[in-house]
Amino acid sequence: MSDHSHSHGDAHSHSPEEVSKHKKVYIAVFIALLVGTIITVWLNSVHFDSMKVTVTIALFVAAVKATLVACYFMHLISEKRMIYVILGFTTILAIALMALTLTSYAAFPNGTVQH
Amino acid sequence: MEIPYTSKPRPDTGIYNSKVGIWLFLASEVMLFGALFSSYILLRVGAGEGTWPHGLLSIPIGTFNTFVLITSSVTVVLGWASLQVGNFGRYKVYQAITILCALGFLGIKSFEYRDKFKHYEVWLKNPITVHQGGKEVQTDRLLGHIEYQGHHPYFWSTARLAGSPEIKDKDGKVVHAAVPAVESFKFQPDPFHYTMSPKDLAHARAEAAGHPHEDIEIKSSDVKRLSAFVPSHSTFFAIYFTLTALHGLHVLGGALVIFYIWGPGAKMWKTDPQRYMNRVEVSGLFWHFVDLVWIFLFPIIYLL
Repeated sequence: MSDHSHSHGDAHSHSPEEVSKHKKVYIAVFIALLVGTIITVWLNSVHFDSMKVTVTIALFVAAVKATLVACYFMHLISEKRMIYVILGFTTILAIALMALTLTSYAAFPNGTVQH
Repeated sequence: MEIPYTSKPRPDTGIYNSKVGIWLFLASEVMLFGALFSSYILLRVGAGEGTWPHGLLSIPIGTFNTFVLITSSVTVVLGWASLQVGNFGRYKVYQAITILCALGFLGIKSFEYRDKFKHYEVWLKNPITVHQGGKEVQTDRLLGHIEYQGHHPYFWSTARLAGSPEIKDKDGKVVHAAVPAVESFKFQPDPFHYTMSPKDLAHARAEAAGHPHEDIEIKSSDVKRLSAFVPSHSTFFAIYFTLTALHGLHVLGGALVIFYIWGPGAKMWKTDPQRYMNRVEVSGLFWHFVDLVWIFLFPIIYLL
């Protein structure tokens, strides 16, 4: 195992300087998440005429926030290969699951879902 | 038997085993929530124009809860970083904030639920004229609150209006007291309906701000259907309660684990600090996942 590992698993390898640098990143991500939330709520009050625009923007902001949490709070930006392998499989299976569910869309044309 | 590699990383993977464990668990969680999210999308896009409720959840409360959860996520990671430099006291403070945030989130959520259980939709047999969006409109569907004998009742349904007879067991003991029928009740209608477009809805809300409710008396015999905002109200509330309650259970579970490690389990910091830090990291990974789920839940359920 390399001494220059960035993994957070071997915690003792972190110097105080490094940790305080990480803390700054965490705070920056925190602020970005707050701003993201405000943007989402604010955009919602604008009431775009197209529902598609509203949905796209809301999901885009959510995806950016989720990426920030995963990369920095969950340290995925500097993880070991094994974790990426697990997540690679998860991504493929989750997309397949969603795709399979949504293929049944044809069975529920707009307006057929009961209130 | 000692569990291998709980503190030192396994040489071939380069990570300690509990981390692999939590990621595998999170992978299964992605599938669980993924299935529910795709069901939601399917139901949402299949719903006819004007049938999907919007504007029934409180956006300020939802936004505030989002802030609470984001704050708890950053304190988890800051607490863990404090342990890295051996600052146990600082870690204790950060994680205490996390636990308080978790309790705050659940408290606010239960307040929200309670509010839904006494908010109603009533479907009438014949349309009546009410104020909606600053206009007089004819409608046979109203949203609002019930006042009956000075109370705002919870969980009323169409069946409750008819009342129910006394139920006795075979020994003649009363197991369920008779519930008298409701002849009529006072209804405080909201000045909007969810079938309005988001724009009209916002307009209706602004129009009505500061104006008192105009109470109307509704006869039970005129009611076609009555439902509180409970899962059986509509597809929307069914999926709202399923998703948010499942997420709430995750918050509760995560908070219990974090509390255990923070409180009674903190002895390990003295005996095996590396393993203790790993525990904090693993519980933190779960916590961030719970935060991540909320990041998608909030816009999807509250805003769209």
